[in-house]
Formats: sequence, structure tokens, C-alpha cells
Amino acid sequence: MSENKKIQPQMSVEVAGLKLKNPIMPASGTFGYGEEYAPYLDLNQLGAVVTKGMSLNPKAGNNTPRICETVSGMLNAIGLQNVGVDAFIKHKMAYLEQYDTPVIVNFFGNTQDEYGEVAARLDDVPGVSALEMNISCPNVKHGGIVFGTDPAAAFEVVSLVRKRTSKPLIVKLTPNVTDIQITARAAEEAGADALSLINTLTGMAVDVKTRKPRLANTIGGLSGPAIRPIAVRLVHQVVQAVKVPVIGIGGISRAMDALEFLIVGAKAVQVGTANFVDPNAMATIIADLEQFCCEEGIADINELIGSLEL
Amino acid sequence: MKNIKTIVLSNQEISPGYFRMKILSPGYCESAQPGQFVMFRVQRSLPPLLRRPFGIFRAGFLPADCDDMPAKEFIEIIYKVVGSGTEIMEGLHHGDPVELLGPLGEGFDLGAPEEEKILVGGGIGLVPLYMLAEKMVENSKVRLLMGGRTRDDIITVTEFERLGVETYVSTEDGSLGEEGLVTRVLERKLDKYPNAAVFACGPMPMIEAVQKICDSRGTSLQVSLEALMACGVGACLGCVVKGEGHSDAEPRYLCTCTSGPVFRAEELNWEKEAANNSECGGCK
Repeated sequence: MSENKKIQPQMSVEVAGLKLKNPIMPASGTFGYGEEYAPYLDLNQLGAVVTKGMSLNPKAGNNTPRICETVSGMLNAIGLQNVGVDAFIKHKMAYLEQYDTPVIVNFFGNTQDEYGEVAARLDDVPGVSALEMNISCPNVKHGGIVFGTDPAAAFEVVSLVRKRTSKPLIVKLTPNVTDIQITARAAEEAGADALSLINTLTGMAVDVKTRKPRLANTIGGLSGPAIRPIAVRLVHQVVQAVKVPVIGIGGISRAMDALEFLIVGAKAVQVGTANFVDPNAMATIIADLEQFCCEEGIADINELIGSLEL
Repeated sequence: MKNIKTIVLSNQEISPGYFRMKILSPGYCESAQPGQFVMFRVQRSLPPLLRRPFGIFRAGFLPADCDDMPAKEFIEIIYKVVGSGTEIMEGLHHGDPVELLGPLGEGFDLGAPEEEKILVGGGIGLVPLYMLAEKMVENSKVRLLMGGRTRDDIITVTEFERLGVETYVSTEDGSLGEEGLVTRVLERKLDKYPNAAVFACGPMPMIEAVQKICDSRGTSLQVSLEALMACGVGACLGCVVKGEGHSDAEPRYLCTCTSGPVFRAEELNWEKEAANNSECGGCK
């Protein structure tokens, strides 16, 4: 053990041409525009910042209640509330630019044209390091669900966005499909530089006294530790199916959780619901990952990626 | 505002179903403002997954252990056992590790000195009013109207009295104080003190009734709202309320955690709020 202590592990990874200080970044929608968490966490520590999902026009979101806790998880139906891409560029980017951390802007649209337009508006914005395209949010009627669950529609919309942006393009996949390998391949063939998964699983909860759904939207997205085994399985399957790098997401709240995703082949991971529970969660995960590498004698975290023993 | 890992100092049942917890809280005496809240992490393991928001009842100093030791700071929260989180809290003891994120949110505006103040608390809604009263009694006449369903819901009234606050208790079943709704007492008091400013916290139907009364009389009103929250810092957007001018065409949502939990009545959209909350089957 004493010799292991001397190792200063190399923690940086590369995803879609982005060099990240470490493989840890927030999941879109759980970290606001970054600023909200700055009092609790040094954004310079993170591998990247991933913003809330942006749409062409500002979006108000759903009625309340928008969230409810479930066993080891939570349901949300926020409705993609956001300030709109122009206000984001004008008011939110400047704040993020002061940090030496890549900024990945998540975005979505209700039509192919909207997707293309948002991507185009972000294309020449300095400080935007990459785009993450949400083709899977289950919360909004006529929303991304159509694209993400239909491989042909996914191929089309990703192809269109690909033509309108020169930034690295990450496509975020929905788990609410029968065979995720099919949509993963469709996104890859359409020109995605990386895939991120999983978005939330659709779920529902009922108040048995009032007999009403516990979310105003009736159906919401399930996140948190409850979904992690499903997410690990899906990441494992997608890694087998595609050549582009994969970013693992789903119920990560500790370094050990992140390691599962890296070992099955994710190049990086996103931390979501855990940020709500502990605003410092990602800093703890980064420190514990490094410690794990030290203890296990791993000189470079990349040695772990895809090291699954079958 | 920061996250601290700390310990429970005491945790006692003060009325059937109501508990009062004292938590070691360095820095809070200086930083906590009346009406602010904390996101409380019950335990490191699951469940519950999410923190729970609690209004700060009081911040203070423990007697120092010895002369040259700095006095330790604490806050107190009061909670009603209603679900899985508070059921676990009920079982916490002195020394148990917990986490506090806070103090969070926008608290009460104390209003003009010398102005008459009427505080309206419904059940557990009394909690954020104590610190407010503490500050207000320094230069204002303060009256507290405390309402509950039964005598069990009437808590800590004597502590308000010790501050010099004039208190009026009402219960819906008449088991303590006047029988009936606290809003009836409010109307009477406003008849007598028409220039008083009102500060209210309690169940939404009570708050709405208070708003109607104050609105019809042109009385200044601040309300402290409760909401389901995941993060408490404005990121999850789970706790939003409809703001003044909200419409389906031009929605205007405000985060209870960062724009509130205390709002001036005129900041909120009362029509929509009323429509929403008429569906609530749990509270009266």
C-alpha cells in the first residue's frame, strides 16, 4: 500500500474532442445554469458544466406539483422550464466563461427546425464547448419523445442538427425504448460525436387518499439511485453497439457508482439527482475517485474505462 | 449559505405529533434572517433521498462550557410528523449526525418601526414567525393570532408571550381559546387596528383567506409559503409558484426557495393559486 500512495493518478479523459480534467460533470436540469451551485462547489473542479436544456423560445414549464419523492428516487415533470437560448447566450454564458471548465449546452426543440435553429444560434457562441441534444425528455407533449423513441426520426433530426453546428455534438438517449442499441446506432450514423445516457425513465405515482396523480403532469421522469442498475445495463449495451464515446448517467451519487459506469465503458459520467441531495456531491465523487485510483494502484483513470471482466 | 455536517443537540415532542429539534449550527446567529429556512438532511443513508425544508424557529447561543470557550450556536426547528422523512427525524437523539444547508431564501421585510404588526400563524406555520417577532418587538407593537384545528396544534405560544407579544388563540373545535378560524380573529383585529401590517404563514387555504381579507382592506401583507423542494437553491425548479401577472400565454413562475419563501402578497398570482389549491384534499 505504501508504494501506491505515491501515485498521483491521471484523471483527465477525452470525450468528443473535449479534454476534461476528470470524468465528472452534472446532468442537465440538475445544476441550473451553474451559478446556483457556485456557493457550494468550485466549478473549476468539474470535468465540465452541463446547463439546463435550452429551447428556441423561453419555456414556462408545467403546473405544480412538479416533483415527488419515490423509493430511492424522485419523479419530476418540470416541463423544461428555461429562459430560452437567446437570453441564455446573453445573460448566462458570461458567468460560465470565467471558469476554466468546458461548458456543454443542453438543448431541445419541439420540431426539427427548432432543433436546428437552436443549434445554429449556439454555434458561434464563444465559450460553448459542445452541445448536448435532448431527444428524450418525457415531460412535454409534442416534445422530444417522438424523436428519441423512433430511430428514423432520431436519425433525421440528428442529421439536421449535425449540418447546423460545428461544435462537438452529444446526443442524449432515452431509456424508454425496447432496444436502445437501435437508437444509439441511428444517432451515431447521423453524426453524433458522443452519446449520453440515460435520461429519466417515465414513471407515475398516485396519492391514494385523493386518488390523484402526485404530479400535475400525471407522468414524470424517474431519477436517482433507484434507476442505476438499469442505467448501467443500458450503457453496457450501447458501448457494445457504437464506436463513439458514451457518457453514463443514472443514479450516480458516489464514486463507486461512477466507477460502475466507467468500467462498463463510459468515458465520462453525469451526476444528477445527487446534486439536489448534496450540493457538494460532485466534488466528493472526484476526490473519492482519485483516492480509489491511488488505493488500487491505477496510474491513469483511462485504464479503468471499459475494463469490465466478463 | 453553506452545507454543514453537524449534530442534533436535542429533539423533544412538544405537543402530540409536533417535535422541536435543536441543532448545533455554527454561524447561524449572525447569518439567519427571520423567515429563512434550511434544507435538512436526516441521515446519510437512504431513505429518504431528498432533504426536507424547514423554517428556522430560532437561532441562539448555548451557555459556554467554560469561561474562555466561545459560545456554541444552535438553531431550532419545529416539525410535525407527516411522512417518511419526519418519521425518521422523530427517532433522532442528541449527538446524531445530520446536515444543514442554509440559511436559504428571502426572509421577511421587518416593515416600518412603530407600525402595528399582526402575525397570523396556522399550526406549524407559526415556526418562521418567532424570529420575526423577536426582531419586531424591539420597536413595534406585535400581536400574534395563532390558529389550529385542535389544542394540539397550538404550539410555543407562551414563548411569544415572553417576548412581549400579545397572543390570541383560536381552534376550530374550540378545545383551546376562541372557537373558529383564525381569519375571523384577524378581521376583528384589523377593524380595531386598521393600519397594522400582516405577516402570515400556515396552510394554503388559510393564507388565501388572509390574502382576501388584507386585499379588500388595502392592508400590507407578507406571506411565507411551503412547497415541495428537491434542491432549495433554485436549480430543480420543483417548488415554483405563480407570480403576479401569470397567465397561460405568459407564464411567470417564481421559485419558492430563492424568490421566497416569503413573498409580498402583491408578488403572487392569487387567482391561479386559489384554483390550484382548491384541489388540495389534505388540509383545511
